[in-house]
Amino acid sequence: MSTSTAPSAVSAAVPQPYRVVSRRVDTADTVTLELAHDAGPWPAFAPGQFAMLTAYGIGEVPISLSGLPDPDDDRARRLTHTVRAVGAVSRALHDTTVGAMIGVRGPFGTSWDVGSAEGQDVVVVAGGIGLAPLRPVLHAVLAERPRYGNVVLLIGARTPADLLYPDELLRWGAAGVQVGITVDRPADGWTGHVGVVPALIPIARFDPARSVAFVCGPEVMMRFTAQALRDRGLPASRLRISLERTMRCGAGWCGHCQLGPLLLCRDGPVVDYALAEPLMKIREL
Amino acid sequence: MTDDMFSRVGSLAFFAGLTREQLRALAGAARPVSYAAGARIFEEGETADRFWLLEHGTVALDLQVPGRGAQVIETLAGGVVLGWSWLHPPYRWQFGAVARESVEAVAFDAGPVREHCDADPAFGYAMLRLFTPVITARLHATRLRLLDLYATAAQAGQP
Repeated sequence: MSTSTAPSAVSAAVPQPYRVVSRRVDTADTVTLELAHDAGPWPAFAPGQFAMLTAYGIGEVPISLSGLPDPDDDRARRLTHTVRAVGAVSRALHDTTVGAMIGVRGPFGTSWDVGSAEGQDVVVVAGGIGLAPLRPVLHAVLAERPRYGNVVLLIGARTPADLLYPDELLRWGAAGVQVGITVDRPADGWTGHVGVVPALIPIARFDPARSVAFVCGPEVMMRFTAQALRDRGLPASRLRISLERTMRCGAGWCGHCQLGPLLLCRDGPVVDYALAEPLMKIREL
Repeated sequence: MTDDMFSRVGSLAFFAGLTREQLRALAGAARPVSYAAGARIFEEGETADRFWLLEHGTVALDLQVPGRGAQVIETLAGGVVLGWSWLHPPYRWQFGAVARESVEAVAFDAGPVREHCDADPAFGYAMLRLFTPVITARLHATRLRLLDLYATAAQAGQP
């Protein structure tokens, strides 16, 4: 992981108003929003970092970046966030309309540090909505494709209808990414894999001695995925995961997101597995 | 048994750790097989008289559900074992298996392998040591899926 650049006091504490400039429905409960603001400095988000998004009058939630902004391109100066409606705030964000205003604080936290995987194979493993924070990893790698070896993307989803970014999955596959998808509950006509995502790891084509893995999903899924990657020979030091606890301030002030010695809003969400593994074994930590 | 089959069985990572003699015993019960996409490999309830090492392709395990037809339980892809019901009585397949795509595999006749297990406890123990992790891994995978990890609280039936 990389240490994040600390946000300014203003961007850390005060939500800045952003306008919703596009809203794409991804699944029955998930949308991808593009947010833009007209004035002020452009926040330098890196893949893996998150923002605190405010649904005015309702509340604030942490949502990872799911797209790669280009600060040099005015038209691309947009924050992209994929939001799944699971609670009151995320439901309000999900239901927002183009033209509405959303508050944004950030960027917060550590990044995937994608560049550290240059010259090596890249293994991306996503479970459910966990593909959203990993999408910028794929964008970054594909933007500099010759700098990386094999690129593997393994996805686990509940049903085929829950798969995020289906059009992009096709494009990534066409661009040479090994895309493996498995679902827990196949629908009629589903011809892909059925089962858990760690089961795809033994058949993925990558060299564990020269690979970096990026994993995001439910914590139990990440533990079993990490085990499968280590069974292939990937050291824990080459494995990064994205952890989540209750983020509140986003800047390491309030302590709500403490995981042992870590404050995940500041020291995470992206954490080296070698550091996270012992903490994940402590019940209720 | 041909030398080719002995080499082929010996090259399968699943059998790494077996002695040369044990590999030879297995190779004597082995033959290469292939299945076209959509071909049924075995049917639920039939005699479990073989097992397979999948080299290429994907196989779907399924179960016939009244009113819903064949429901896919799990898929298995290259490099893994298909079938363990041959190990224990009543030697009946509990699920069916269909080639999802073109499959290349090595099939092993269960009868001679079981006889060898009975006659040579070291061989039998080696086979159990090979198959137990497969069974354990699939049990773990099933338990993980029971958790319905990707569901929202509402989908998982929680308040």
